[in-house]
Amino acid sequence: MQFLSDEDVFGLEKKANEIRQSVIEMLVAAGSGHTAGPLDMADVFTLLYFHILHHRPNEPLWSERDRLILSNGHICPVLYATLAHAGYFPKEELMTLRKFGTRLQGHPHREALPGLETTSGPLGSGLSQALGMALAERMDNPYSSKYFYCLTGDGELDEGQIWEAFMHAGKEQLHNLIVIIDRNGIQIDGYTTDVMPLEPLAEKLSAFNWDVQEVDGHNMRMLNDAIGKAQSVYSQPSVIIAHTIPSRGVDVFERDFRWHGNPPGKGPEDRVKRGEQAEVALRRLRTLAGHITAPDHS
Amino acid sequence: MPAEHLNKKLFDEDIERVPNRDGFGEGLREAGERDKQVVALCGDLTESTRMSIFAEQFPERFVQVGVAEQSMASVASGMAAMGKVPFMASYAMFSPGRNWEQIRTTIAYNNTNVKIIGSHAGVSVGPDGATHQAIEDIALTRVMPNMTVVVPCDSIEAKKATLAAASHIGPLYIRLAREKTPVVTTADSPFVVGKAEVYLSPEGKEKKIGIIACGTILHNALLAGKRLNDEGIGTSVMNLATIKPLDEEAVLAYAKEHEVIVTVEEHQIAGGMGSAVAELLSEKHPLRVVRIGVRDQFGQSGEPDELLKHYGIDVDSLYEAAKNRAV
Repeated sequence: MQFLSDEDVFGLEKKANEIRQSVIEMLVAAGSGHTAGPLDMADVFTLLYFHILHHRPNEPLWSERDRLILSNGHICPVLYATLAHAGYFPKEELMTLRKFGTRLQGHPHREALPGLETTSGPLGSGLSQALGMALAERMDNPYSSKYFYCLTGDGELDEGQIWEAFMHAGKEQLHNLIVIIDRNGIQIDGYTTDVMPLEPLAEKLSAFNWDVQEVDGHNMRMLNDAIGKAQSVYSQPSVIIAHTIPSRGVDVFERDFRWHGNPPGKGPEDRVKRGEQAEVALRRLRTLAGHITAPDHS
Repeated sequence: MPAEHLNKKLFDEDIERVPNRDGFGEGLREAGERDKQVVALCGDLTESTRMSIFAEQFPERFVQVGVAEQSMASVASGMAAMGKVPFMASYAMFSPGRNWEQIRTTIAYNNTNVKIIGSHAGVSVGPDGATHQAIEDIALTRVMPNMTVVVPCDSIEAKKATLAAASHIGPLYIRLAREKTPVVTTADSPFVVGKAEVYLSPEGKEKKIGIIACGTILHNALLAGKRLNDEGIGTSVMNLATIKPLDEEAVLAYAKEHEVIVTVEEHQIAGGMGSAVAELLSEKHPLRVVRIGVRDQFGQSGEPDELLKHYGIDVDSLYEAAKNRAV
């Protein structure tokens, strides 16, 4: 694990903010897509691609890269935006999201865009794939220090398949497998606690023989520490429950489940009229809305 | 007359009978010897799918997934993404039955190099009943882009198909059966993925009926074809072991030589091999196509022979159906 200085944290938070702005611009251009998840996972994605992952944006298929498997494919705007900001492809291409002929399919397709490790969208299958990759790596090289990061949603945990995979990974004791759950508490139809309660989630995962941590999913230092600990756990796979605020970064969208599957311009109007949603979101992010504070060297 | 390369005892009562899953088991072991990247995954049916042969010889390359076919499909996909050549085995009812979407998204659309082995397909599973009799799996797999679909007729062809699958790049489904069935082919019989072979031709008679069959039911088709030829009705039998990609050239040429085409499969007539043939011929060479198979029903418990008779896929039924429709 690499320590984060104050400057590092400031830089990452600024980058996450830029990525959030890209997400809003992409969704507005597309006219459809998901808002809450991409915004609330921007901090996790930024930390991973700009601090944690061993990867080469100019050589996406570099064999020694860590793998990031996005299981809840519907939050792909944040993956695409992060890949573009990391240099995998030109940022201008972000505006082609969901349009005919694009490499940025509505849900990610591996063969369409270098940098994607798999195709996903139908929920619950990413963890099985990450586990297959981690298992294959261990077969070839038991001393490998390559890590396999799987990002999932929390609504996604309603799927039976993902528990098949949690059980299997526990059996295999895959120390190179790290799952980060976006615990934003919402899904399409409402709050997870109403649709299908997941708690006690940490205890369930622990009972499946996983090392479990819970962190603030917007705190770069806590996330970095948790991933560092997960990397050092041996004989168990690790899961980090990242508690996030849905639509984080745009305060007038935050915490409302109705932003799960709507883009700015088509979301709920209680707080901002549809015609103003895109502009307000971008203004909030550009003014940082008091969320990011430069390190104080006085 | 039967093709030269076929089993000399083809029409004898005491023809050797072997489950074609045995051929898969032996083929997978050999594939594992040839290529270290070959790995095997099983959903708690290691012995009955014959994956046990591989698992015993290469335990470090065998993954016991438990009764979790959905996860198995995606674990296999992940292993393929790392360069492995995964074979995943279960009963056809569960894979590609239960895990169809995982196969579609994480294997077919994702275009990963996974081999799907669906054993115990067809009503000839017998006493286990309809829940375990997959008669929809050809339809389920052949509608997926990127997917190749192979239905071997016996244990020898199943072994060849397994070895071919290991060197084939891309998603591939192999359909197997539970029962001991006649060994139709020999080591000399040609087998290439995507190629159909004519196994029986009418000797010196006008070609009237062209039977096309796949899987272990092929032997019944050959027996019915022989009986028709003996009665003077010129009949050929083609082994269409690869349903997808369809050998269009061979099927078209075959159709042009005959007055009627009769397809025979241990599968629903909707969406299966017969449908694939009818789709091709309706566009390229319209002629009468009679599809024989299960007609929009579920299976049931019983002995394999009883069930084949009940659903009209035994030798007598094939003979009658072909004769009545063609003469």
